[in-house]
Amino acid sequence: MSTTNYLIRGARILGGDPQDIRIADGLVAEIGSGLEANGEQEIAADGLIALPGLVDLHTHLREPGREDAETVLTGTRAAAKGGFTAVHAMANTFPVADTAGVVEQVWRLGRESGYCDVQPIGAVTVGLEGKQLAELGAMADSAAQVRVFSDDGKCVDDAVIMRRALEYVKAFGGVVAQHAQEPRLTEGAQMNEGVVSGELGLAGWPAVAEESIIARDVLLAAHVGSRLHVCHLSTAGSVEIIRWAKAKGCDVTAEVTPHHLLLTDELVRSYDAVYKVNPPLRTEADVLALREALADGTIDIVATDHAPHPAEDKQCEWSAAAMGMVGLETALSVVQSAMVDTGLMGWAEVAQRMSAKPASISGIPGHGRPVSVGEPANLVLFDDQYRGAVNPDSFATRSRNTPYRGMDLPGRVVATFLRGEAKVLDGELV
Amino acid sequence: MKRHLISTADLTREDALLILDTAEQMAQVSTRSVKKLPTLRGRTVVNLFFEDSTRTRTSFEVAEKRLSADVINFSAKGSSVSKGESLKDTALTLQAMGADAVVIRHSASGAPKLLADSDWLHGSVVNAGDGTHEHPTQALLDAFTMRRHLNPGVGHDLAGRRVTVVGDVLHSRVARSNVHLLHTLGAEVTLVAPPTLMPFGVETWPCRTSYDLDAALTKADAVMMLRVQRERMNAAYFPTQREYTRRYGLDARRLALLPQHALVMHPGPMVRGMEIESSIADSDRAVIVEQVANGVSVRMAVLYLLLGGSEPAITTSSANTSEENGK
Amino acid sequence: MTTAAQRQVLDQGDIARSLTRIAHEIVERTKGADDVVLLGIPTRGAHLARRLHRKLAEITGNELPVGTLDITMYRDDLRLKPARALEHTEIPADGIDGKLVVLVDDVLFSGRTIRAALDALADHGRPRAVQLAVLVDRGHRELPIRADYVGKNLPTSLRESVKVKLDEKDGVDAVLLGGSGETNASSEGHSN
Repeated sequence: MSTTNYLIRGARILGGDPQDIRIADGLVAEIGSGLEANGEQEIAADGLIALPGLVDLHTHLREPGREDAETVLTGTRAAAKGGFTAVHAMANTFPVADTAGVVEQVWRLGRESGYCDVQPIGAVTVGLEGKQLAELGAMADSAAQVRVFSDDGKCVDDAVIMRRALEYVKAFGGVVAQHAQEPRLTEGAQMNEGVVSGELGLAGWPAVAEESIIARDVLLAAHVGSRLHVCHLSTAGSVEIIRWAKAKGCDVTAEVTPHHLLLTDELVRSYDAVYKVNPPLRTEADVLALREALADGTIDIVATDHAPHPAEDKQCEWSAAAMGMVGLETALSVVQSAMVDTGLMGWAEVAQRMSAKPASISGIPGHGRPVSVGEPANLVLFDDQYRGAVNPDSFATRSRNTPYRGMDLPGRVVATFLRGEAKVLDGELV
Repeated sequence: MKRHLISTADLTREDALLILDTAEQMAQVSTRSVKKLPTLRGRTVVNLFFEDSTRTRTSFEVAEKRLSADVINFSAKGSSVSKGESLKDTALTLQAMGADAVVIRHSASGAPKLLADSDWLHGSVVNAGDGTHEHPTQALLDAFTMRRHLNPGVGHDLAGRRVTVVGDVLHSRVARSNVHLLHTLGAEVTLVAPPTLMPFGVETWPCRTSYDLDAALTKADAVMMLRVQRERMNAAYFPTQREYTRRYGLDARRLALLPQHALVMHPGPMVRGMEIESSIADSDRAVIVEQVANGVSVRMAVLYLLLGGSEPAITTSSANTSEENGK
Repeated sequence: MTTAAQRQVLDQGDIARSLTRIAHEIVERTKGADDVVLLGIPTRGAHLARRLHRKLAEITGNELPVGTLDITMYRDDLRLKPARALEHTEIPADGIDGKLVVLVDDVLFSGRTIRAALDALADHGRPRAVQLAVLVDRGHRELPIRADYVGKNLPTSLRESVKVKLDEKDGVDAVLLGGSGETNASSEGHSN
């Protein structure tokens, strides 16, 4: 429980009219105009946007195993600076989070870090190898209460294994989050297969490798009556399939990363491996389709796929470099740039796509709640008028592999509250 | 010219002609009894080869030595891709040794550009072939060879000449560099390959494409056969070697389809019996050995233009003496 | 163009007479010019060599071997300026071994071009002797080099510039002396 109570002055909840928000005992105690201070610490938030604490359904915290890239502590500090109050830790650690023991370890590290809630994601198959189901039930029953399962980084490409996983998790209300990547079509693939890959002489990663798996999986999910979540959509074709599946009544949700909403494969021409990511950056047409789909709800959520890597894994030949980008600390700015400043979405939609919906997909309690009296005080204050160049040296994440270095991005997280406790104030970690 | 030679797409027509014209003068040196120029005395050139290529390395080495550069052969094979920092650490080492230029061959597309754009070393970077991306000096020597036969003369380009490039275009750095350069020089390029070995998006390249070799031969001024590795068969790019050879190999019947003056070229190393019949490779229509000789002249030209002054030759460098002052 | 800052010191007739005199001197000094090979230093020296070649043919009735010798890659100031385009070198078919090579250039100044030319020549063969013909000698030598045949000795200050214009290249024959105030020497001929 927090020891300090706060009175936030003049914040615009979901971008609405300025109001005061009183936070007491970890809850939103009162909302109104001209609230009287009652010994709280007052926070001048004139003009700042107030959103419910963001929830990331797709975060690589790297611990255990790659503590040189990120730890639960540094990753959650980065999350707090990005406005997140809960993150879902992907299972591709060393060892893989495919047992109750590993997910409980991650969950415990998250509790100890204290910067945001950490909900572990369990592996679908043992060792992410796609051969044998991991003990999904044991992970669900563990202290971590895992509900989201994913082999992210690898695709559950065996149709039978995927079918069984989709079915099996129904017993405890789980969901399989698929990393859609047909492995044979992407052997040695380095970047989006297109005009740019042809010119650069880098092995192509065809859109169909993603789309064919999504198409198969929505049909499988419909057939067995299960819930499916599709990670990081990156192509216009994937959008079409999800749109079709939803129209058919499939219980499918889909996510998009901030970088796929802003960046294209043209950046690969630099051969700078900071742009190497899985799924790869696609074309402008894909970017526009993804934006439109996020705006119209075809894509349900934004998830960062925050993927920290040490410098030596990026400052090397493209084909030798690791895939992934850090994203927690720039996510909201990128979404403002791609979706809000373009007029495609308002702040209420941002809150829906980055807080309420991801929380409901995973069922994580206490998050994704509206900013209203009686709710847990998980809040972020965001200065959407701020403009500035991204400076990775100021990041809290242990890694610096951001594609936005030096880029002018709008907006800045000013404050983040986790159950009424300030984790970030004036843009700095508390 | 820029400070580096990474891609033929970076070369303007003037740059390309300057290199070819300079190479013509360099070629004379090879006919003299003293085949050496003092031009790069005191300059250090490193041949940084992450991939075996005796032919290309030797060609560069001869070029460097004829220009009196100090040559260091830095064979880094085996330490390349998979060890993250190796390229960076190697570059820092070469910088510490005072390399004025690095000639790099690497199996990873983009490695030369990475090196050129980095602050790891300050010398010029010459791409001696990177992955399946580019091999600019090969394209320059090909163009040099074509010009000598098809439109000889200093200042001449290849306007209107038809060049057919046949084979594994998908994996060919030679094809990529040639398409850019030949287009810049005004030639009409036709790429011929089975659809499986055609790069994605090739329709946006400044060239034509065809799956029919016979049709692409009848009006060609030059035909360039690309090496086809037998391993491609295992990845199902084509069914068998026999079928590939039948559809895309250069044999006596196809040679007869070519105009009399047309050149037969191959960047080497050849797979005789696969993409080219042995007797044709040895025939007087083939300029394959000439290509090798021209390689030295072209590489001398590139090294001279990059290193022979206080800065690389500028795009519009005029040939007269009016630039000279302070005699 | 002749600007106000430039003064014409030789006109077309002067240049023609100078070359005729040099041609006669060559014949006289080489006792008939039988084994003479003319090598012009591009670009204007090459044109002057061809003019001398014609005049020598008129005088002797023989076509002497004539060629060009590019000295760019032998210069001692390569690193002071951007890399420059090369000129054509053309050594006559019979070579220079045992011949009397007459190097031809437009302006003799510091002597560094001729030093480079002598180095270049050594890489092409071993002449019996080497002589030098220049249209203008403007002085200020920096090396122990002198001309054997001089069209005109032109006393200059170091701040002045000398420009040779030849019809083949410039559309007009003239030698111009730039004013001492002119710092832009880019119009100056190939002179050292």
